[in-house]
Amino acid sequence: MSAADKVDPIHQFHLKELVHIEFGGLNLSFTNSSLFMAITVIAAAGFLYFMTSSRALVPGRGQSVAEMSYEFVANMLRDGAGSHGMKFFPLVFSLFMFILVANLFGMIPYFFTITSHIIVTFALAILVIGLVVVYGFYKHGFHFLNLFVPSGVPGVLLPLVVAIEVISFLSRPISLSVRLFANMLAGHITLKVFAGFVFSLGSLGAIGVAGAVLPLLMAVALTGLEFLVAFLQAYVFAVLTCMYLNDALHPGH
Amino acid sequence: MDDGEDGLDKRLNELGERLAERKTAADRAGDKARGADKSAYSQAIKVSSEFIAGVLVGALIGYLVDTLAGTRPWGMIVFLLLGFCAAVLNVMRALGVVATPQPRKRGDDRK
Repeated sequence: MSAADKVDPIHQFHLKELVHIEFGGLNLSFTNSSLFMAITVIAAAGFLYFMTSSRALVPGRGQSVAEMSYEFVANMLRDGAGSHGMKFFPLVFSLFMFILVANLFGMIPYFFTITSHIIVTFALAILVIGLVVVYGFYKHGFHFLNLFVPSGVPGVLLPLVVAIEVISFLSRPISLSVRLFANMLAGHITLKVFAGFVFSLGSLGAIGVAGAVLPLLMAVALTGLEFLVAFLQAYVFAVLTCMYLNDALHPGH
Repeated sequence: MDDGEDGLDKRLNELGERLAERKTAADRAGDKARGADKSAYSQAIKVSSEFIAGVLVGALIGYLVDTLAGTRPWGMIVFLLLGFCAAVLNVMRALGVVATPQPRKRGDDRK
């Protein structure tokens, strides 16, 4: 590991252009981020495809994992958005698998963590909210706006409350994306910092090596925590997607 | 043949029962794990992201209103304050202190 890597925990998030593409004045280069997105999609889709291709009645290990992930997301969606929500299953399942695989790939050393970039998570979140708004209006017309009008509010306060509700709604894609991004970014930086402690303490001689055991233990514990966070954040993203889709399906029910 | 199928059915039922037992046990374990997962760390990020998002959106709307309508600085003041309100509402909803509008509305249907 070079000296620059050691002292710079942000280094791992640098975007590198792999293939330079410029189109109409826009820099559309294929970066390491794009590469890992492609790898994530291929890995997730390939895993599910090959694991379910045998379609055994008694599933093997791989098929079992694939079926469990299906069941998991399907139950989540049914609980969150009702059985009507199942028409959005492909979307929620794709989102869940994409984020989960991307987060887990981020745990492999020297891999790029795409979910640690807010633009990626924001794009995912805005996709969800955009769908909620478009589907809500398509399905319910202006009844969808009932979402912003809580019942039992005195008329004088109504404009204020509606404004607050609208802002609260608009803040959803941001909180959704910030949560995923902040978790991944903070986790990876912390991991890197503690690993850096091990490295720099270890180069201080015998006492340093003895002292380096502590941050090493911490780094091991953090790695475990990061795997948990990787799962948890994919789960949280999917659950919130279900909740928001529920709003689109039953606004002000 | 019949006997064999009966046997299979019986075994399948037994398997189903045992699976159901295991599943509830696993569910309970999952609930427990989920409770433990709500560590201060994830809670902190959850709550802070809700709060930051509300304020950010308020500021953004205020800025847009100001630039479009030329009402600087009033749009920013008003919408930033509304953003704070929305942020507090977000946080209280995230913590379950205030109910989301959904369940409350379910009672009095106005459609």
